[in-house]
Amino acid sequence: MRTYEVAFIAAPTLTPEELEAFITQMQTVVEGKNGKVVKVDNWGKKPLAYKIKKFRDGYYVIMTLEADGAAIAELERRFRVADHVIRFLSVRVDTDLKRSEKIKSARQRKTVVRPVPAPVPVEDFEAEPPSAPIG
Amino acid sequence: MPAPKRFSVKRRRVCKFCAEKITYIDFKDGKLLSHFIPERGKILPRRISGVCSVHQRQLSEAIKRARHMAILPFVSD
Repeated sequence: MRTYEVAFIAAPTLTPEELEAFITQMQTVVEGKNGKVVKVDNWGKKPLAYKIKKFRDGYYVIMTLEADGAAIAELERRFRVADHVIRFLSVRVDTDLKRSEKIKSARQRKTVVRPVPAPVPVEDFEAEPPSAPIG
Repeated sequence: MPAPKRFSVKRRRVCKFCAEKITYIDFKDGKLLSHFIPERGKILPRRISGVCSVHQRQLSEAIKRARHMAILPFVSD
């Protein structure tokens, strides 16, 4: 099992109900392939940085999945077939997140094992005798 | 006569991501990434931004992903 982040942009011509229906449909696809949908993040309608298929905005949806490659392949196939999906991107995130956690925990360990060394006591310097006035 | 004092532009030489302890650069965070996109929409070279090599690599990957998802532009002017 791997963790993936699958993001897609749906056409703005879709109604919110249709979008919801599509998202639940995609969830069943993932579950059908023994995957698990951890989180669905719906950003709503957002402007695009550039035109895609003559659309200026679109619905952004980001799904976090725990699934195998087969589930992702099926999901991507469906995205390609669906006319109202104008862009999609799936990213495997488990390796990067693991690395990120490792760095974080290592950093924490470092601060625990090596506490800030006590400041070196400053020895009292003998006060320099005031220089004799010249002349 | 003393030599004329040369002024050099002092830049932040500390990597922003190291300083803020960011260990994973997310492509969805357009606001963060936009700091590294000059007017033209290019990726800011690290000799200017001061980002360390590890984070620059992650950053460029994240920017490219963000461009694909129309979060950031490929070109703008």
